[in-house]
Amino acid sequence: MTTKKFMFVNRKAPYGTIYALESLEVVLIGAAFEQDVSMAFIDDGVYQLKKGHQTKGIEMKAFEKTYGALEDYDVNKLYVDEQSLAARGLTADDLCVPVEVMSRAAIGQLMAEQDVLLSF
Amino acid sequence: MKFAIQVNEGPYTHQASDSAYHFTKAVLAAGHEVFRVFFYHDGVNNATRLTTPPQDDRNIVNRWSKLAQGSELDLVVCVAAAQRRGIVDDGEAKRNGKDATNLAPGFRISGLGQLIEAGIQADRLVVFGD
Repeated sequence: MTTKKFMFVNRKAPYGTIYALESLEVVLIGAAFEQDVSMAFIDDGVYQLKKGHQTKGIEMKAFEKTYGALEDYDVNKLYVDEQSLAARGLTADDLCVPVEVMSRAAIGQLMAEQDVLLSF
Repeated sequence: MKFAIQVNEGPYTHQASDSAYHFTKAVLAAGHEVFRVFFYHDGVNNATRLTTPPQDDRNIVNRWSKLAQGSELDLVVCVAAAQRRGIVDDGEAKRNGKDATNLAPGFRISGLGQLIEAGIQADRLVVFGD
């Protein structure tokens, strides 16, 4: 099968909308198809990776653990926008998985190198 | 050129479905190929045949169905997203014990692999959403 570079761009907070959860579902399928998968987290998307999701009060299933399981699917290229983190008072230490914190320009450069960009 | 289209929003609330439709039509009119249109998130709501907009408004669902009939366009609705939102064909009704179906003509329900395959096969995958 042809291998292409797929980047999944996550821009939304985890529970206010379903984009983050359904994005994860596509990421896992992309990995199952043995594609070169990476994920970028920008804007409120950085909140998806914040440690300690507590969803009992909103009666929604927490999916923080899925991010931790990504490496089992060989998805280990997680890029986080430095500026989006800083704007929300977060650092890499606040996140639940190891990531590469990058400048906006560097993420833009990576986007330009992709075959397929899916934005959620 | 070979295009794939992804529609992430439902009809009427967002312009995404309208834009995707006009883009798809223009792509076909220009002699290009559309490998597949994939409906995800609330985009699956573009595939309910029970939609009844006012008579002086566009019928977004019928418009997609008609385009598929005229061009053998492959309109695929994500099964997981469809189950969450109550978009049902005969197979899904039987599997999940539902007493009705609502999938519009020209659409089919299938898995997310169809989206990844579209990304692999197409020269360009164009996403319409918010």
